[in-house]
Amino acid sequence: MHAVKTILKKELADHFSSYRFMILFALIAMVSLITVYMAGINLKQELEGVAKPRFVFLMLFTSRGAMFSLVEFVAFFGPLIGLILGFDTINRERNEGTLSKLLSQPIYRDDVINGKFLAGMVTITVMLISIVLVITGLGLSLLGVIPGIEELLRIIIYLIISIIYVSFWLGAAILFSILFRSVATSALAALAAWIFFSFFVSLGASVMAGAITPDAGASDPAALIARAKITKAIALSSPMELYSDSAATIIDPMRKTNRSFVQMGVIERFSMARFSGPLPLSQSILVVAPYIISLIAITVICFAISYTVFMRQEIRSF
Amino acid sequence: MNTRAVIETEGLTKIYNAQTAVDNLSFNVLEGEIFGFLGPNGAGKTTTLLMLLGLTEPTSGKVRVFDLDPAREPIKVKGVIGYLQENMGFYGDLNARQMLRFVADLNALSFEVADERIESALNTVGLQDESLKKIGAYSRGMRQRLGIAELLIKDPKIAFLDEPTLGLDPDGTNRMIELIQQLCHEKKMTVLLSSHMLHQVQKICHRVGIMIKGKMVSQGPMEQLAQEKLGVGKEQYTLEEIYMKYFQET
Repeated sequence: MHAVKTILKKELADHFSSYRFMILFALIAMVSLITVYMAGINLKQELEGVAKPRFVFLMLFTSRGAMFSLVEFVAFFGPLIGLILGFDTINRERNEGTLSKLLSQPIYRDDVINGKFLAGMVTITVMLISIVLVITGLGLSLLGVIPGIEELLRIIIYLIISIIYVSFWLGAAILFSILFRSVATSALAALAAWIFFSFFVSLGASVMAGAITPDAGASDPAALIARAKITKAIALSSPMELYSDSAATIIDPMRKTNRSFVQMGVIERFSMARFSGPLPLSQSILVVAPYIISLIAITVICFAISYTVFMRQEIRSF
Repeated sequence: MNTRAVIETEGLTKIYNAQTAVDNLSFNVLEGEIFGFLGPNGAGKTTTLLMLLGLTEPTSGKVRVFDLDPAREPIKVKGVIGYLQENMGFYGDLNARQMLRFVADLNALSFEVADERIESALNTVGLQDESLKKIGAYSRGMRQRLGIAELLIKDPKIAFLDEPTLGLDPDGTNRMIELIQQLCHEKKMTVLLSSHMLHQVQKICHRVGIMIKGKMVSQGPMEQLAQEKLGVGKEQYTLEEIYMKYFQET
């Protein structure tokens, strides 16, 4: 245990004093502040003279500022935090010859990878919590609304989901740093994975669904539903889809399902009543629980693969 | 001199991708001696050291370090062996004290013990004046000496020195050789020294082992090897002559 602690301490010191971290943090803090500020201004204008609806505070996270809402921003660019923190974890030490020095000390090999993964996770946690805290403060002064207990709980759950999501990408980046000897290769591979899962999977999902159900016209609702289901199923192979669906459901109590395709009967189409009653927190959690578990599962799988590969690697070529 | 063997190997073999790096190696190192571990590049010396440390698993054969099996009890074995690797790396943005503190923490030393050892190690290797400089700005000789200091922090019973004089200037080489002798005499360490500087090896080693193409072709006190190979007595040989003789034969 002492070894994990020692490595964790050193890695944290490295992270927090690195230019890489400072630039990343400055960038992310800046973009999220601007996004929330603009969202706040918009909200304020729209709510001028109107009785404030419930959960107005959470709207800061979901309503769009300039181009995207905060939730969307983290879904797209959160992975970059994990990737940038992790892509050279192991291979840099290997290239500089410090890895075998580390391993010739009386520590287990897994202490190294555990310590490094933990350090990355702590860094991510600190980053996300501080950003959300600053945003909450900004929201307080912009909207003049104090968040209730349930809103706070939702924000905390949202934070936890975000930390798991970014940690997944950290784990992926560490895996690449173990698989590839060259730092540049692992950085490129990590970027490729990010682009593939963030952009191409959702594109490919609709293309594939179209290919599977070619005759889904507007006249055939059953086929339309089938196509939508297939699209969703394929899209869910992307961690970003998992994350943005679960985060949006948690942060927006009006959202009762994580399906994008909502069937509406004739009456419901006229009365928007089904959208008026917010879901209680427990029900929101119930809806997203499978998503959160899937997110945790892929993170664990990713870490487990890194772990086994690292434990089996021959040290001679270090 | 005590004659207990602290390192023993028997039929040690390591095969990488159908290539035999170490072939049926049997040798032992006695307590308190400086053992010269010689051989051309790629002879399998480093691989052997890694197997002794438990960092690589042997394909077959037996290894014992203080009667411990490095593959089964790597933590204990790594606790008694200090390894100065060839081309070792450092964290360039730490200074010497931070680096030594890091090593001390990895060895689970208490704060006070670590403090004491850091001071004495810096004194021994003569780096106390540069101890607050970043390692990135160190010269090669200073880095090698810092490597020895790291080893001293651990206070091991056995020191593996893999090419400790590689790339050092003559003065640095001499200082390193003196340091190694100091380790053996004052700290009572057993030293396994791998080097190509045969002249220096001859000066300080008690026994040598010559390894060529994964096989130990000869081991023993230098006089004995000289007698066998060159047929000359004491003080009439150089290690280089013995080494070349073996090298040409295989």
